Amino acid sequence: MAITSPSTRLWWNEPAHRSELIWIALAFVWGLVMFFMMIYWHATGAQNLANETYRTTPNAYYAKVERNVADWQVRELNGLPVIKPPAGADVYLLGRMWLWYPVLELERGQTYRLHLSSLDLQHGFSLQPININVQVHPGYDHVLTVTPDRSGEYTIVCNEFCGLGHHTMLGKIFVVDR
Amino acid sequence: MSKTVYRTCPTTGLRIDLSAQALIKANAVAAVVFLAIGGLFGLSVALTRWPAVHLLPADWFYLALTAHGLDVLLLWIIFFEIAVLYFASAILLNSRIAAPRWAWAAFALMLGGGLVTNVAVLQGQSSVMFTSYPPLMAAQHFYLGLILFAVGALIGCFVFFGTLVIARDEKTYQGSIPLVTFGALTAAIIAVFTLASGAIILIPTWLWSIGLVSNIDPLMYKLVWWAMGHSSQQINVSAHVAIWYAIAAMLFGAKPLSEKISRTAFLLYILFLQLASAHHLLVEPGLSSEWKVFNTSYAMYLAVLGSMIHGLSVPGAMEAAQRARGFNNGVFQWLRKAPWGNPAFSGMFLSLVMFGFLGGISGVVMGTEQINIMMHNTLYVPGHFHGTVVAGTTLAFMAMSYLLIPLVFQREVAFPSLAKWQPYLFGLGVAGLSLFMMGAGTLGVARRHWDITFTSAPFDFNYPPTAYLLMGLNGMAAIAAALGGLMFIVIVVKSVFFGKPVRDRITLAAPSGQPISAAVASYGSAGTLRIPGTLVLVGVFFTAFVLYYFVNWKYLSEVWPMR
Repeated sequence: MAITSPSTRLWWNEPAHRSELIWIALAFVWGLVMFFMMIYWHATGAQNLANETYRTTPNAYYAKVERNVADWQVRELNGLPVIKPPAGADVYLLGRMWLWYPVLELERGQTYRLHLSSLDLQHGFSLQPININVQVHPGYDHVLTVTPDRSGEYTIVCNEFCGLGHHTMLGKIFVVDR
Repeated sequence: MSKTVYRTCPTTGLRIDLSAQALIKANAVAAVVFLAIGGLFGLSVALTRWPAVHLLPADWFYLALTAHGLDVLLLWIIFFEIAVLYFASAILLNSRIAAPRWAWAAFALMLGGGLVTNVAVLQGQSSVMFTSYPPLMAAQHFYLGLILFAVGALIGCFVFFGTLVIARDEKTYQGSIPLVTFGALTAAIIAVFTLASGAIILIPTWLWSIGLVSNIDPLMYKLVWWAMGHSSQQINVSAHVAIWYAIAAMLFGAKPLSEKISRTAFLLYILFLQLASAHHLLVEPGLSSEWKVFNTSYAMYLAVLGSMIHGLSVPGAMEAAQRARGFNNGVFQWLRKAPWGNPAFSGMFLSLVMFGFLGGISGVVMGTEQINIMMHNTLYVPGHFHGTVVAGTTLAFMAMSYLLIPLVFQREVAFPSLAKWQPYLFGLGVAGLSLFMMGAGTLGVARRHWDITFTSAPFDFNYPPTAYLLMGLNGMAAIAAALGGLMFIVIVVKSVFFGKPVRDRITLAAPSGQPISAAVASYGSAGTLRIPGTLVLVGVFFTAFVLYYFVNWKYLSEVWPMR
């Protein structure tokens, strides 16, 4: 029994049943399939999270965000600037308690270098309804190269707990047709 | 040094060290107390997340969520695991327990630490969630309590190791240690790794909260913290798999299909599970994809392989034992004739099935580097781990309690007709929790979020209406699970403190009346074994796994292109 010592002393010599060996082989091969699937997707898939990251500081990052706003602001929405960066631009988005800043207006089918960082705590960039979720850290500038492929209104929900106002932390990205 | 006092167990004939017995009792009772507290917090969390009820205000919600994680994930589970370690060493090996005074010191440290951290949370300045990610800072004694608790648990692990050494020296058993003890040993080895990781990160974080360290890097914290936080879930897996084997042995006299294979599967846990920290870092900046792919897959899914082996070996051992008793008709007579009215069996079997189908599959899928983009920090995550830690570990521990009450506490299980239904009600509730949260997570609903209607946010946003339905169903499932949990607590408290004493031999074995020892013949040998029912079960599991895995890649291909 499993609660008593093995009945044969040399239990490591017992032959194993064929069905168990087949199951192990199957499970092992399935593990390899799942492992190589991730690598395969890096080679051929269109959705891979960037590793491009730089060290930054809240002040340095905030200065870049403000420069974005000065250069590309097109209008205001609920008191927040809306910026429309040119295709291919470096777009700096910041998370802070309890705001995603600024609001972005992007063109469908264009590619942007979207930077994410936080000025205070960790935040969670959760883009809805498309459901893209990326962790945002203070001190790290994470660069995602994204190509919005459908137009519409997208909402950034914060999905990392960041204090009592966490549930009010919403941002917007508008994707418009060219 | 006081002399060891023994009693002889009327059921098994084993010699039981009374101080080991007292330690098992103390740790198990503390575990159940924290389960009750933590469960209540959990219910209040689920009722707050039910938009139509929205029970707690925001500050209380985050406080309750922090306390819920702390009390059930850490305190209930680790206290019970320490009880399991002492049981699997001193009791199963027929030995005295090593250093009972150290074991009591460990208990005192764990209890004291647990209480200090609970007080810190209840004071309201430490609503930092169980994970306490910096730069979010809790009160100093929040970290201090955790450190004390971890040190206590570490001492408990060493008492277990010491007991193994004593049993070997004093030759209290013949040959190798039993498989269940081997599983417990796996759990204890992983526990040492995780508790050391916890100390490495929590001590500097504590010093940071005092002001002696100026900065804790948030990414480094997460990497090391999860070497404790996730790897400690593998303590649970090892412990509850050991319990599955133990219950199968105690109820059916089940013998492992192959000692060699089951032990190798445990060894795979020790070798690879500590890589799991990566599961929490798949969408973080600053780490390479090579690192993520290798670590998240436990080096090509070798630890998953371990669990899949147990997934065949545990039901296979029961099937072989049942067939040896004569339940040989068709593919599933062995299962139909299982003691479904015995909560130790029903709890164990539900734990086995739900751990595989709900917790296991979702964990592997969610832990795929790219697929994690669609799931990170959504409710899918708690949906997954309620499938592993609650449906898997907690239900297995509850099932084991129904055997510990007569064997160790020497009391009859009170309210037997209530006990019969308890695993089903709890299991149903937890299955609902797990599925509904995973469903809501698939729709994007954030975890750790007080108000998904986003009142007083600068913009309007609504999750799909289905998400609201799922959150309501989740609340109802939580009520069912809480009732099941309450039944468990009432049964345990009544049995342990007011129960009828058991003096005589009790029958653990399943119907058919054969005593355990008679059922254990020499089946299990490679030539004669037949386990068609188990093969059907694992075939269904494998098919579900493969389909669900690729469906998620399909979903991912529809997300915005990014690189």
